[in-house]
Amino acid sequence: MIPGTFEYHRPTTVESAVALLMQLGEDARPLAGGHSLIPLMKTRLAAPEHLVDLAAIEGLRRIEVVGDDVIIGAMTTQHSVIASALLAELVPILRETALVIADPQIRYKGTIGGNCANGDPGNDMPALMQCLGASYQLTGTGGSRQVPARDFYLGAYETALEPGEIVTEIRIPVPPAGHGYGYEKLKRKVGDYATAAAAVVITMAGGTCISASIGLTNVSETPLWASDSAGILVGSTLDAATVNAAVAAAEAITNPASDMRGPSEYRTKMAGIMLRRALDRARARATV
Amino acid sequence: MNEQVKIDTDRAERTEKLQGMGCKRKRVEDIRFTQGKGSYVDDLKLPGMLFGDFVRSPHAHARIVSIDTSRAKALPGVIAVLTAADLKPLGLHYMPTLAGDVQAVLAEHKVLFQNQEVAFVIAEDRYIASDATELVDVVYEALPCIVDPFKAMLPDAPILREDIQDKMVGAHGPRKHPNHIFEWQIGDKQATDDVFAKADVTIKEMLVDHRTHPSPLETCQSLASFDKVKGELTLWGTFQAPHVIRTVVSLISGLPEHKIHVIAPDIGGGFGNKVGAYAGYVCSVVGSIVLGVPVKWVEDRMENLSTTSFARDYHMTTELAATKDGKILGMRVHVLADHGAFDACADPSKWPAGFMNICTGSYDIPVAHLVVDGVYTNKASGGVAYRCSFRVTEAVFAIERAIEVLAQKLGMDAAELRIKNFIKAEQFPYHSALGWEYDSGDYHTAMKKAMDAIGYKALRAEQAEKREAFKRGETRELMGIGISFFTEIVGAGPAKNCDILGIAMFDSAEIRIHPTGSVIARMGTKSQGQGHETTYAQIIATELGIPADDIMIEEGNTDTAPYGLGTYGSRSTPVAGAATAVAARKIKAKAQMIAAHMLEVHEGDLEWDIDRFRVKGLPEKFKTMKEIAWSAYNAPPPNLEPGLEAVNYYEPPNMTYPFGAYFCIMDIDVDTGVAKTRRFYALDDCGTRINPMIIEGQVHGGLTEAFACAMGQEIRYDEMGNVMGASFMDFFLPTAVETPKWETDFTVTPSPHHPIGAKGVGESPHVGGVPCFSNAVNDAYAFLDAGHIQMPHDAWRLWKVGERLGLHG
Repeated sequence: MIPGTFEYHRPTTVESAVALLMQLGEDARPLAGGHSLIPLMKTRLAAPEHLVDLAAIEGLRRIEVVGDDVIIGAMTTQHSVIASALLAELVPILRETALVIADPQIRYKGTIGGNCANGDPGNDMPALMQCLGASYQLTGTGGSRQVPARDFYLGAYETALEPGEIVTEIRIPVPPAGHGYGYEKLKRKVGDYATAAAAVVITMAGGTCISASIGLTNVSETPLWASDSAGILVGSTLDAATVNAAVAAAEAITNPASDMRGPSEYRTKMAGIMLRRALDRARARATV
Repeated sequence: MNEQVKIDTDRAERTEKLQGMGCKRKRVEDIRFTQGKGSYVDDLKLPGMLFGDFVRSPHAHARIVSIDTSRAKALPGVIAVLTAADLKPLGLHYMPTLAGDVQAVLAEHKVLFQNQEVAFVIAEDRYIASDATELVDVVYEALPCIVDPFKAMLPDAPILREDIQDKMVGAHGPRKHPNHIFEWQIGDKQATDDVFAKADVTIKEMLVDHRTHPSPLETCQSLASFDKVKGELTLWGTFQAPHVIRTVVSLISGLPEHKIHVIAPDIGGGFGNKVGAYAGYVCSVVGSIVLGVPVKWVEDRMENLSTTSFARDYHMTTELAATKDGKILGMRVHVLADHGAFDACADPSKWPAGFMNICTGSYDIPVAHLVVDGVYTNKASGGVAYRCSFRVTEAVFAIERAIEVLAQKLGMDAAELRIKNFIKAEQFPYHSALGWEYDSGDYHTAMKKAMDAIGYKALRAEQAEKREAFKRGETRELMGIGISFFTEIVGAGPAKNCDILGIAMFDSAEIRIHPTGSVIARMGTKSQGQGHETTYAQIIATELGIPADDIMIEEGNTDTAPYGLGTYGSRSTPVAGAATAVAARKIKAKAQMIAAHMLEVHEGDLEWDIDRFRVKGLPEKFKTMKEIAWSAYNAPPPNLEPGLEAVNYYEPPNMTYPFGAYFCIMDIDVDTGVAKTRRFYALDDCGTRINPMIIEGQVHGGLTEAFACAMGQEIRYDEMGNVMGASFMDFFLPTAVETPKWETDFTVTPSPHHPIGAKGVGESPHVGGVPCFSNAVNDAYAFLDAGHIQMPHDAWRLWKVGERLGLHG
């Protein structure tokens, strides 16, 4: 549990951070809250020779509304997400999700950008961002580009980030007023990654589901956007048969590893159960 | 105010001032612990100190073809790299275990479990040492391994311990197979078999108490400093038994015992993990002796969970025979004990399976027979008593699960069946079929109090309704009621049957009153968080009439503390607590002589009154202990030596037998397998209660660890012998969020042979708690004919039970 030797860098601008990362190449890793990377370094599963700490960069910690979107700076901590009245009003599922990440001490350090950018299938925010249709602003030496969360994750710890690029902000389209939402997470204890978790956002009109989006956490190598499952819900009254069909469709796209949280078949079934429960809550919350 | 009220008030005030036995005195050690001012081994820094780290085997079983340390030695900052080849000339490549086996310090020809110690790198700092471990090149030739203990003694099983392959008689008798360690039998086989042959009803169940780990928050660590000029070794370490460690170090190093100073500073939890001797201790000592500078070794979390002593791994085929109306006639148990690669159990020497023969529990079972077979496997060694007296958790789990299985077969209520078979209060001292003499108990009273408190009848009625609702599809929750009525055996122990490496398991106290009436007292035990500095002072306060705040307790330094066997198996209060009372009484006897001299009366004319001797019939004529202390140094009576101190080495005449009645109400979500503890009620009888608040804290802690073990904590191996989940990410250490709320209660049945009637309590909640949780889970599924459900009861395993029973639609 002793990390290897590394150089520590603390740039104060995004430009200098990405320049450093570009220059240092594959031996460098950006450091946000550190709660994924540092445990990997302690077990030497990761041994970067350079850490580029993003903590001193001004402007990466902000939550604001721009047009129809909420913009969250990548270095915004989970604690700040939870504390934001703005987010609680406009995108309340963010708060619900952040509250089941780790524990308060970790949430004071852990960042939403780090959670999204690391590509760890166990992280909770990626599936939520897919559910919400969020996009990430990736900044490199050549400038910035937007990548939808639904296209960002390529494999376990593999993302669309190019060498030298970092996630600088997250852009979330504000869900319609009256939407229903739920993030349901099964975990063994506080601080654990999900055995399975589901994020659901729906809108209802006259008792009919008119839009639905579903994200699934930690049941594959990447977060899963369950578009087929959500599609089954749209146009229905969320009757039992439809929900069963949607759950089956969601279970069908999972491919969880067997680990100490349970065998693969259990985690698949739990993804279905979490979806069912998140949907129940979303329906109860939606303005009909 | 009339005279009598005035006297009563005065006496009450004086008693309160003492903060003696029975009062909820706040823990004095918490002042430093809660401020981060404790001093643990890893806080110690000595000039020139070096750090050691291990190269560990990635294989569970492999031949070592070669070890090349040259790249590691070339790394700047690396001072030395030790291998078995370096230790062998010193005779230190193996060390003796407490169980009569030997254990490799550094692997010589073979590795026998994953993460076994292969080389020890010593460097200028912890980081360089860790870097250098990656530069030691070891070539292994993998061998087939044994993970399942049931395969250990197959004819074609690979032979694990080639070092003792030809030694077919081990420390505990003949070995049946090269992978066999011992067979231990007790009880009357013939009589037991006869009872089973004729009984109306018998049950037989394989009960697995799975492998887990004591996992103290502070890992095992040591700091050795050898003074080459004086030829003296100072060894700081996480030692539950520092005096024994000193003796062992002397025996294996050849250094004279008086030139070894073993110091156990503050310890961050032990739970049995810190009783044994480990390779890291030996390597830090050898490193310091060879290099002449201090060498520190600090285990990390993964090393702790995967290498230093595990607990349990008992596979218990448990049988009961009974009449059809529920009178238990006999018990038969066979245990297959998986000890890992070396037999490093920490039991009293004559007890290879600890006190497993307490397995007849709280019941009057006329005959019983127990056989334990210990085997070697390719797993870490150990088998320590994790928050229990030796193998008592296993024993209590066997009887308390088995009695529920029997109740179900008989169609009887599980509480009623227990009550029917309890040893009656008038049967104490009770001689059990497997050889123990239970000192005292009143089980019926405790059980009744517990059942009334929990509202047992109403709970069963609620459960019956819930079961019907479940069958009708109105709920997806199952309700379980867990019961456990345990009897512990703690306070090892009498010299006739308890020793460690030949040293009788006494313990000791040395008390000195200073001229001004304050006290220093030293014991042979060693607190790891139990609150000894608080509770021993309370015993002395009551015995000697000196305020507990004026009494300092010291433990852990072998130069200053009297020899003792240490703290584990709930022995501190039963043994050293008794020594404390006896030593105090010696002082009191001398104080009485001094008081008589001061008051110019005959000793017999004096009586003790809280904090003073007073003249009978003349309460205004008295001398307080404080005044007596001054006189002891200032003007002692003629023919009496000055000073006021005493020492006692206490050899207990018997063990003590705490007991308790526990109830757990659990609701299980069938669809996820998640079990929620709705209520947990724990009634403990530990005899005389020294500090009710500390008892409550001990019960909370023990129950929390019981909850962990029953509900998910485990050390698991895959079929290649890879240890799974050896970090706190996977190893279930419950936080305050998961931990149920505990309700505590008590009865008091003092031990008749203990000077203050106390019995020990730290481990009871663990021992009683594990089967209580497991019984709650099993009870929840019992009406569905689930059969016995093995621990640990984590969510996925309970979900699998639901799958098996077709509960998921």
